[in-house]
Amino acid sequence: MDEPFQPVIVGFLCNWCSYRAADLAGTARIHYAPTMRPIRVMCTARIEPEFVLKALREGADGVMIAGCHPGECHYVEGNIKALRRFKLLKLLLRQLGVEDERVQLVWAAASEGKQLAEAVDRMTEQIRPLGPLRWKQTVLAAAEVGG
Amino acid sequence: MSKLKFAMYWAASCGGCEISLLNIGEDILAVDAAFDIVFWPCAADFKYKDVQGYPDGYIDLCLFNGAIRNSENEEMAHLLRRKSKTLVAFGSCAYEGCIPGLSNLTTKAATLRAAYSDSYSGDESRTVLPQPVTQVPEGELHIPLFYETVRALDQVVPVDYIMPGCPPESHQIAAVVKAIISGAELPKPGGTVIGAGQVAVCEECPLAKNVKQITRFYRPYELVPEPGLCLLEQGLLCMGPATRSGCGALCPRVNMRCEGCYGPLDGQDQGARILSAVASVVNVGKAGEGEAEMEAAIEAAMETLADPAGTFYRFSMAHSLLQRTRF
Ligand code: SF4
Ligand code: SF4
Ligand code: FES
Repeated sequence: MDEPFQPVIVGFLCNWCSYRAADLAGTARIHYAPTMRPIRVMCTARIEPEFVLKALREGADGVMIAGCHPGECHYVEGNIKALRRFKLLKLLLRQLGVEDERVQLVWAAASEGKQLAEAVDRMTEQIRPLGPLRWKQTVLAAAEVGG
Repeated sequence: MSKLKFAMYWAASCGGCEISLLNIGEDILAVDAAFDIVFWPCAADFKYKDVQGYPDGYIDLCLFNGAIRNSENEEMAHLLRRKSKTLVAFGSCAYEGCIPGLSNLTTKAATLRAAYSDSYSGDESRTVLPQPVTQVPEGELHIPLFYETVRALDQVVPVDYIMPGCPPESHQIAAVVKAIISGAELPKPGGTVIGAGQVAVCEECPLAKNVKQITRFYRPYELVPEPGLCLLEQGLLCMGPATRSGCGALCPRVNMRCEGCYGPLDGQDQGARILSAVASVVNVGKAGEGEAEMEAAIEAAMETLADPAGTFYRFSMAHSLLQRTRF
């Protein structure tokens, strides 16, 4: 039987909410797709667009940015900064041939372990039919042979 | 003492870099006094076979301008690397792809179609696409192979120095050339940027920033900016925050947005950096409004940006993190 494709999702999680939500999902033993590799950041505003591009270049099939709900950011409006970047990043990525489903922004409070787990499940299911991204092996490798 | 050997070569470029070197004024006489030209298709009649005949490392200084867009560019990059002691990626095309690199946002097929069949001046009934090999009665004709992806020089061969700019500013070229002639010690080679600054264009820009937020962007022809005020805060997509200094903020000084021709600062992706700066000037609507209204306000402002990828990476697409579009 063919194993279903397990996408690699790099998750940038805010320390004050979504990282704790992921922790909670773990301690509450919620079952969800083992596809997200969490990276803790102090706030979603810390996530430079470069982090996302680099993750996609280096082998991620998708990137999840997760932070506090609007109005609840520990640094008042870091998440609104992140939201503005995210909206523009999507326009840019579309032009570069990266499907919308591959980069997502999620709000999950510290108590919302279930919501975070569901978001990972949902994103995994959405990326599956798109297949692997493999930016280096496909897009960049083709450039290197001059083809 | 015998003179130093000088070469300059153009690959995929416009020729502006050659002009910029000639434009250094009377300092060009010092170049002539210090160097023997051994290859420079724009200015002197040497052939490729002359270069092939030189011993390796024969050329002391080679300024290579132009991106790598076809097989001829690539061959010349390898040849000149081998024959040169010091190879400089001269100007934005060699450094980061520049305008030719914008075709990385589309495909080879679409580029050729635009040039050879969809152009207004062409006669569509007679469209002939360039063929690498053609049979004629006299034999076989070969032309260089056009590549799918434009690359920067350092993505093909190692370069010693990089001189950014489209084209590099004359005073910067003159300073570098004089330093070489005087035997002054240059920074350690290895893809090192010379002839440019270490801060963003904004730092050299005299226009006033007021932390103003905007609800839409304008293309240059849509707005006559107010003098004295930061262009980005007026809705013109100025690349100053994400662009390396070195030109003295030439464009904003005359109320034109910086287009980004000096490329990114060390270790940065120019498009990603300007994206953050642009996002930070976008108004999110009135305080206390709901999330949906806020998102709508942001989206409406972003949608007035005509071509984010082509604008943010106008000069650095080929050297950016993702390098090209996926298709
Ligand atoms: S964004 Fe442009 S106009 Fe504004 S300060 Fe920077 S260089 Fe000057
Ligand atoms: S202001 Fe920007 S576009 Fe103009 S010369 Fe300087 S770096 Fe180039
Ligand atoms: S602290 Fe969580 S998004 Fe800013």
